[in-house]
Amino acid sequence: MTAERAGDRLFRMSVAGFAGVVPLAAAALAWQLARESASTWKTFGPAFLWTLTWDPVADVFGALPFLYGTAVSSLLALLIAVPLGVGAAVFLTELAPKRLADLLMFAVELLAAVPSVILGLMGIFILVPLMRALGSPYGVGMLTAGLILAFMVLPYITAITREVLLTVPRPLKEAMYALGATRWEVVRAVSLPFSRSGIVGAVFLSLGRALGETMAVTMVIGNTPRISAALHDPGYSMAAVIANELAEAASDAHLSALVAIGLTLMAVTIVVNGAARLLLYRLEARG
Amino acid sequence: MNDAVYARRRKVNALMFALTAACAAVSAGSLLMILGYIVWKGASSVSWAFLVNLPKPVGEQGGGIVNAIVGSAKVVGLAGLVGAPVGVLGGVYLSEYGRGKYAFAVRYAADVMNGVPSIVVGLFAYALIVHPMKRFSALAGSAALAFIMIPTVLRSTEEFLRLVPGTIREAALALGVPRWKVTAFVVVPTAGRGILTGALLALARVSGETAPLVFTAFGNRFADNGWLNPIATLPHTIYTYAISPYEDWHNQAWAAALILMFFVLSVNLAARLWLKPS
Repeated sequence: MTAERAGDRLFRMSVAGFAGVVPLAAAALAWQLARESASTWKTFGPAFLWTLTWDPVADVFGALPFLYGTAVSSLLALLIAVPLGVGAAVFLTELAPKRLADLLMFAVELLAAVPSVILGLMGIFILVPLMRALGSPYGVGMLTAGLILAFMVLPYITAITREVLLTVPRPLKEAMYALGATRWEVVRAVSLPFSRSGIVGAVFLSLGRALGETMAVTMVIGNTPRISAALHDPGYSMAAVIANELAEAASDAHLSALVAIGLTLMAVTIVVNGAARLLLYRLEARG
Repeated sequence: MNDAVYARRRKVNALMFALTAACAAVSAGSLLMILGYIVWKGASSVSWAFLVNLPKPVGEQGGGIVNAIVGSAKVVGLAGLVGAPVGVLGGVYLSEYGRGKYAFAVRYAADVMNGVPSIVVGLFAYALIVHPMKRFSALAGSAALAFIMIPTVLRSTEEFLRLVPGTIREAALALGVPRWKVTAFVVVPTAGRGILTGALLALARVSGETAPLVFTAFGNRFADNGWLNPIATLPHTIYTYAISPYEDWHNQAWAAALILMFFVLSVNLAARLWLKPS
C-alpha cells in the first residue's frame, strides 16, 4: 500500500475531529455535572439518595421521594405498555395481512414522533378529568403519570419487538406449521421463546426512556415530594423536580442538589441502556 | 374427541388473534385519537392573528404566539446548522475509517449520549453556558438541542453510508481518484437521501423537545432580541400555557400544539415518503 496522500490525510484527520466531538461532549457532560453537584455529595454524602426531606428554604436535601416517584411511574408504564406493545408486535409481524401491518406500523412510528409536551397536554385535559371521574381524589398522581408514560414507550416496545420477531428464522416456523400447528401455537412455541432476550432488551430500552421522560410526567404527576403507597396520590419524579425548580433555584446548595439528582438520573439510565444494548447486541451477533 | 381438541385449538387461535389485534388497534389508534383531538381543540383558536401577533399582557384576552414561532425557528435552526454537519462528518469518519479503539470510543459515547435523558443534556447546557454567563439565552437552548442531535445524526449517517456498496468505492478508486474525493463526491452523494432523512428526523425530534429548554432558552413574552437573551419557543409556550390557570391560555396551548404537531408530522412524513423510493 502506498503512503497516504496529503489531501487524504487532512480529510481523515478533520472527519476524525468532528467524530471526536461526541466523546468529548460526553466526558464534559459527566465532568460538569460531577463538578456542579460536588458540594451536595460533600454535605449529605450518599445518604442524599435515601433521605426524605426536600426543603430548599432550610437547604436540607434528600432525593428519595424523587427516586421513588421515577421508579414507580416507570414500572407502572411498563406494566401497561409491555403486554400491549408485545401483543401489537405479534399481530403486526405474524398475524396481520401485510398491507394492514405496514399501515398500522406507520401509525405507530408516527406516535413515537409526537412531542412529549403534547402528550402532557392530553394528560392534563383528558386523562386528569377522566381519573377524577373514576374516583381519584386529585386526578393527577402516580397512576396518571404511569398511564401517560405508557403511551410514550408503547411505540418503542412495539417497534423493537417487531424487529426482533422478524429475525426468527422461517424454517423453524415452517416446521411447526408442517406439524399442523395453528398460527398462535407457532407464535407461542417458536417466535416468542426465540425472541425472549430481544424483547427483554426492548423492555430495558423503554425503561431507559421512561425514567428520563420529563414534560409529560411533570404535567400530571402532581409535583409533591412525598412517598405514598396509594397510586392515586400525587408524587414527584427526578426529571420533574429538575424541570420545575432549576430555573428558580434560590441558593447554590439548591442548584447543586438538583444537579446531583440529574447526575443520579444519568447514571441510572446509562446502566439500564447498557443492559439493553448488551441484550440487543447479542441478538445482532446471532444475526 | 380429536375434533373437540382441534376445535379448542382453533378457538384459542381466534381468541389470541383478536387480543393481539386489539393491542395493535390501541397502539395505532392512540395516534389517531391524539391527532383528532388536537385538531378539534386547536383549530378553533388558530387564526392569522394568532400566528402574527405577540402575546397580550397577562389577564388580557387574545394575542398570538409569533414570538414562540420565531423563537423555535431560531433555536432549532441554529441547533440544526451546527448539529447536522458535525453529526454527518463524524458519521463519515465512522463509516469510512471507523476501525480501532478511537472509533469504538466514538460509537460507545454516541450510544451513551443517545440514551441520556434530554433534561440531563439541558443541565449540561445550563452548567456550560447559562451558569457562567448568569443569563438564560437562546444560545444555551440551541446548544442543548445540538448536543441531542449530534449523536443521533452521527449514527444514522454511519448506517446509511454502510449501505453504499464497496464496489462503488473500488470503481472510483480504480480510476485514480484520491480517496477523500471518492468519499466526498461519490460515497456521500450516493447515500445523500438517507443522510438527509436522518438529519431531518433528528431536527423534527428536537423541535418538540421541551425539557432542555425550560432552564436554558427559558421563555419570553416579548419579541426576541438577540441570541444572548431568553427566548420563547413553541413547546415551552405550550407547557407554560397548559399549566396556567387561564381558560384563554389553555385554548392557545391547544392551538400552539396544533402548529407544532403539524410541523413535526409533516417533516416526518416528508422524510419517510422521500426515502421510500430508493
